[in-house]
Amino acid sequence: MIGILIVHILVAALAATFGSRLRARVFWLALAAPAATVAWAASIWGDVTDGTPVVQERSWIPELGLDLRFVIDEFALMMLFIVGGVGVLVMAYASQYFGEEEGLGRFTAFLTVFAGAMTGLVTADSLLLIFVFWELTSVTSYGLIGFKDTKSAARGAATQALIITGAGGLFLLAGLILLIINSGSTTLSGLHGATIGGSIADWAAVLILIGCFTKSAQVPFHGWLPGAMSAPTPVSAYLHSATMVKAGVFLVARLSPHLADLGPWKPLTLTVGLATMTWGGYRALRQTDLKLMLAYGTVSQLGMLIAVFGAGEPKLLFAGTALLAAHAVFKASLFMVVGIVDHCTRTREISELSGLRRSMPLVAVTALVGGLSMAGMIGFAGFLAKEAAIVGYEQSKIAGVDLALAVFIGASAFTVAYTLRFLWGAFADKPGVDPSTHRPATLLVTPAAALMLPTVIFGLADGWSTDLVRRAAGALDTKSAVYELILWPGFTSAFMLSMGAITAGVVLFAMRAPIEAVQARVGRGRDAADLFQDGLQGVLNGAAKIVGVIQPGSLPLYLAVTLIAVVAVPLAVIIDDARLPADRVWAESPLQAAVVVATMLAAGLLAFAQRRFAAVLLLGSIGLGSAALFVMQGAPDLALTQLLVETVSVAIYVFVLRHLPARFKAPPSSGANIVRASVAAFVGITVFVLTVTAVADRRAEPVDTELIARSYDEADGSNVVNVTLVDFRGFDTVGEALVLVVAAVGVVSIVTANRSRSEDDEAAEDGTEVRHG
Amino acid sequence: MAERRNRNTSRPAPLTLGQPSVVLDTTLNAVFHTIIVFSVFLHFAGHNAPGGGFIAGLVAGAGLVLRVITGRAMLRSRVGFAPEYLLGVGVLLVTGTALTSLILGNALLEHHTWKIELGPLGTAKTTSALVFDTGIYLIVVGVIATLVSTLVSESDTEDEEPKVST
Repeated sequence: MIGILIVHILVAALAATFGSRLRARVFWLALAAPAATVAWAASIWGDVTDGTPVVQERSWIPELGLDLRFVIDEFALMMLFIVGGVGVLVMAYASQYFGEEEGLGRFTAFLTVFAGAMTGLVTADSLLLIFVFWELTSVTSYGLIGFKDTKSAARGAATQALIITGAGGLFLLAGLILLIINSGSTTLSGLHGATIGGSIADWAAVLILIGCFTKSAQVPFHGWLPGAMSAPTPVSAYLHSATMVKAGVFLVARLSPHLADLGPWKPLTLTVGLATMTWGGYRALRQTDLKLMLAYGTVSQLGMLIAVFGAGEPKLLFAGTALLAAHAVFKASLFMVVGIVDHCTRTREISELSGLRRSMPLVAVTALVGGLSMAGMIGFAGFLAKEAAIVGYEQSKIAGVDLALAVFIGASAFTVAYTLRFLWGAFADKPGVDPSTHRPATLLVTPAAALMLPTVIFGLADGWSTDLVRRAAGALDTKSAVYELILWPGFTSAFMLSMGAITAGVVLFAMRAPIEAVQARVGRGRDAADLFQDGLQGVLNGAAKIVGVIQPGSLPLYLAVTLIAVVAVPLAVIIDDARLPADRVWAESPLQAAVVVATMLAAGLLAFAQRRFAAVLLLGSIGLGSAALFVMQGAPDLALTQLLVETVSVAIYVFVLRHLPARFKAPPSSGANIVRASVAAFVGITVFVLTVTAVADRRAEPVDTELIARSYDEADGSNVVNVTLVDFRGFDTVGEALVLVVAAVGVVSIVTANRSRSEDDEAAEDGTEVRHG
Repeated sequence: MAERRNRNTSRPAPLTLGQPSVVLDTTLNAVFHTIIVFSVFLHFAGHNAPGGGFIAGLVAGAGLVLRVITGRAMLRSRVGFAPEYLLGVGVLLVTGTALTSLILGNALLEHHTWKIELGPLGTAKTTSALVFDTGIYLIVVGVIATLVSTLVSESDTEDEEPKVST
């Protein structure tokens, strides 16, 4: 498995390197990665289907319980075939879909990394590793949706998808951590037999579900999926039908057997899932863009999958597995069909398409097969799977299941109606529209048409498909491995409900004109994308308000807050418990006293200085006074440093002063002056008291004895100050040096930014004169 | 150009650097190289005597400031690269030595000492701390040089030519 991931990374690197030279042929190179996945999955088929999952493990960060642990059971194997198989077809399709576009290398690299992340996601056993791959899919999908990076719509959609799924990922992380704490297991397989319960587990369930809902585009987070349709069609066929949006469904399926008995799990998955299923179907009915119709259809189908898997009952897990496989296949093929239509006719609007069933018959048949499977027509994969779901609901004992079943059937009618609308819109002859005569390239159609095969075989060979789904679902819950997919169930109640849904769907489609009129009257309203934009704007506005309060831009205020904060905490300690020195030494020598008096004099004069230049000089002389004191105390390093810093900073001050007025601005009021003076006095006196007390009240052993003792033996240096700087406290020095660099870079950018602005102003002012001169 | 600047009364005319004083200029000629050599001495002496990268860097920085005060180009024309590069190389040395000891399996910034026998000249001793300190030296010089070259804007050097003509 790790080998497969490395293959993906290597292929991505190659694609990024040679993409610009190979153009669209780069996809043939990238095809190697998903092909490797399929080949590897096939090679372990025998082992896995014997009932012993393939386990691969490598230590990564054992402290966090995050290891590269992969377990490929039969469910993971099915997902591998979907991710790899659809991946191969999408790569082949993309090689025909793209032409001379720029940036295909980067795009292909993203797509390959995404495919690798997805294979990792479906096989990872460590819960935190799942999160890592989960986020990797979010990040790569950002690059894929935003492929046309010159279009603001594509960038906006990519950002929206990233923010929503990325934020959801954080919820997922929190939920997984709580689950690890509660169950004591860091792996999926370890959840078997673990005791999970209590309020922590409930919170874990809610948080994990929020993560899954965002990723799988559930109401109310679904807005990003229709937006993501600005991505090139191969991306939609891969990410937004077969793989990425299935990540949430996948995780719900994996965790349902363990978490479904927790309080919030079933109500949340059932309500959100069915609401999404209905809303998505309703919205799909009013789209005129084929791709958006499919996008809302996908939202609806994802809702169905969440609702079915979320119940956690063996029969519904079985049905969900069948639905998942069927949906991945037919939806990928339908998206490719839209891409072909778009590619040939340059439009996806149903009112502009006509006669396509004659100009591209194979495409029409492909769409028909996929569409019938989606609608749940007898004989197709979708029918078998949906039938199993209906039977599962009928036999379920969840509270309110009758209502759920009714909603499920109603939403299925929507599905039938938008499927018909899709087929009619894309391929029917429409009066008054010129029939299309475009013929797509054979290689462009082949991948889509190839996906017909599994759909038909899955639907007709019910014994074979039952066997496959039993194996996959059995890996989720062993009790699921006993149910059947039935091609012809006879006139059972479930069959009658299915037929009812189909009939209702046909009626809905037949009455499309009046329904469209009603929908038009309801109006567009505010959809999820608008809500997202409003929310985002609200956050930004709120942030701006907060910054306006805490960063008013007044330097005296910043200085006052900083200084008071610095002295307040030690002051509290002193007031609480400190001994003032008993005996006072005012000065050790007359010279010392003289230096101190001179320094104080300079400080006093500084407070009354009117000219900036005088202030700088006084400030410098205070520093020189300190340096003189250091010399008297026998600290040459300190004194030298102080002296040099004062010299250089006075010089730098002078350079700055040339750009400032000679005199200080008068204070705004005498009140402000009093406030400033009292802050200064408070800080100054406190620091004095602090110093005196700290020296007199030493309680710990001074560090210098130890450092001096170790300096020469351990660090081979007899200057203990320097040894401390470069060795004992070297890490502090690294930090300080970096702060210096950052400060220098900051000064450069502020000064040059101001300068170019004022030069712009001057240029604007002088504009007229320049023209005359 | 000087004329334009004087007419622009919305902003106070910046105090420009005065005419180079002959005394200062001559003194600088005499001491600048001494200052730099002294800073290098301080740098190498630092491990066992007063000095070290930080102090030595400040000394060299002060020398550069002196050059600018006398109206000369600080670094750019003479050495041929922008002072920002000093920052980069310095950061590279500092983090590089810190990480090297980590990669070699020692504690962060654990330094190594080499002793070289030089026959009759005695024993020379050096330590990897010196590389680290060199990084600090370059950063300090780089910060001062960057600040000064930014604050002494190009307008000053531009102003010099018209000033000569008037």
